[in-house]
Amino acid sequence: MGKKMQIALTVNGEAHELLAEPRELLIYVLRERLNLTGPHAGCETSHCGACTVEMNGKSVKSCTVFAAQANGATITTIEGLGSPDSLSVLQQSFREHHGLQCGYCTPGMITRAHRLLQENPDPTEEEVRFGISGNLCRCTGYQNIVKAILAAAATINGAKEAAE
Amino acid sequence: MIAAAFEYHRPADLKGALGVLAEYGDDARVLAGGHSLIPMMKLRMASIDHLVDLQDIAELKGISVAGGRVTIGAMTTQHEMITNADLSRAAPIIAEAAVQIADPQVRYMGTVGGNVANGDPGNDMPGLMQCLDATFTLAGPDGTREVAARDFYHSAYVTARDDGEILTQISFATPNGGYAYEKQKRKIGDYATAACAVQVTKTGGKVTAAAIAMTNLADTPVFSDAAGAALVGTAGDAAAVKAAVTAALAAINPTGDNRGPAEFKRHIAGIIIGRAITRALSRA
Repeated sequence: MGKKMQIALTVNGEAHELLAEPRELLIYVLRERLNLTGPHAGCETSHCGACTVEMNGKSVKSCTVFAAQANGATITTIEGLGSPDSLSVLQQSFREHHGLQCGYCTPGMITRAHRLLQENPDPTEEEVRFGISGNLCRCTGYQNIVKAILAAAATINGAKEAAE
Repeated sequence: MIAAAFEYHRPADLKGALGVLAEYGDDARVLAGGHSLIPMMKLRMASIDHLVDLQDIAELKGISVAGGRVTIGAMTTQHEMITNADLSRAAPIIAEAAVQIADPQVRYMGTVGGNVANGDPGNDMPGLMQCLDATFTLAGPDGTREVAARDFYHSAYVTARDDGEILTQISFATPNGGYAYEKQKRKIGDYATAACAVQVTKTGGKVTAAAIAMTNLADTPVFSDAAGAALVGTAGDAAAVKAAVTAALAAINPTGDNRGPAEFKRHIAGIIIGRAITRALSRA
C-alpha cells in the first residue's frame, strides 16, 4: 500500500474531500468512493471513452488520470448533466433517436457530446463524427448517435433563437 | 491495471520541479499530460517512485508568436495548439499534425512537451519539429541549454535530455511557403504506419528550400537532407518529387510490427512522402 493523500474534488457542483492513494484512477474514485456509477470503466486503456468525464472544462478519459492529478479539479459526470426526471436535451435526443442500444458507452458519449456542443454549438455531421472519435460504440454503428447529437444541437440553437 | 505505488509531487514552479529531480535522481520522473506515461505505469512497464506533476507550473504554458519566432511552452496541450489562431496563422502545419494525434480526449491532456521529450518513435511532433528545425530548451540544475530537434533523438526513448533536466519550451523560426503533414494510420487513435512533414518555399517557379522529416519509420524521427536537396532548384515537377521520395526512403529503417512487415511500411512511406511533398508544393 502506498501512502494516502487528501484529495479535494468538486463533482457535479458538490465539494468532496477524501483520502486516496495517488495512484488510484479517477474513474474508481468517482465510481467506488463517490458512488457515481454513470461513467463506466470499459477498456481501462484510454481507447474506448466509456469513462469520459469533464475535468476543468476538458473531456478526459478518467481511466488515464491519477486521483492525485485530479486534486483541486472541478468535474462533471453524466449525473451532473441530467436526471431520469429531468433529462438534458442531449439525453432526450439520444432517447428519441435511438442513440443507444446496450447503453454502456452512452454516459461517455453524452458527456463528450456535451463538451463538443459547448465548443462548437452548430457542428456539421463530419465535425460530430470527428468530435466523438474517442468514444467507441459496438452496437449502433454510430448513425443514430450522430443523428441524436445533431438534433440536440438544433434543439438547443432553436431554443436560443426563440429566446432572442 | 493498477500502477505501482509512487509518491506524488506537484511543484508550483520550475525550480521546485528541478529540486525534486535533483533530490531523487532517476527514481523521479516528470508527468505532463500523462497519456503516454500513465498507460506504461498501469502496465507496470514503467515504475516510478517519485512522480513530478508539472500541471501547476505556469511558466511551462503558453504560445507566443513574435519577431519571426514561434515559442511554445512544453505544457501546452495539443488541443490548445489546434485552437490557437496566432499559431495556426504562423505555422499551420502544427494544427494539421496535431489533429491527427490520438482522439479529442487525449488531445485535451496530451502536451507538445511530452510528445517531443518522450522519445517514442511513434510520436508525431518530433518529426514535425525536425522539419521546422525547432530548438528545444532544457532546464537543469546548472541552468538552461538548447538542443536542436535534429540532434535530440539518439534511439527509441533515448534523447539528449539528462535525467535531471526538464524540457521547458520549443521554438522555431516562423516558417514560410507550403506545408503538409501526411499520416497513414490504421484507425483513429493509432500511431502512424508512416507519416511525413514537409515545408517548402518556391520563388519564380523554382523550389528554393525544402525540409522533409518522417515519423515512425526508424527508431528515431528521420530528417532527410538529401530529400530536401532533391527538390531545391527544380520546378517541383513529378520527376523531382520522385527523386525526393527515393532519397527520403534511403534514410528510413522501418521494422515489422503489428502495423505490417518492413516492406509494407516502406511501400506506405513512399506513398505518404510523395503525397506530403505534392500537397506542400501545391500550397507554396
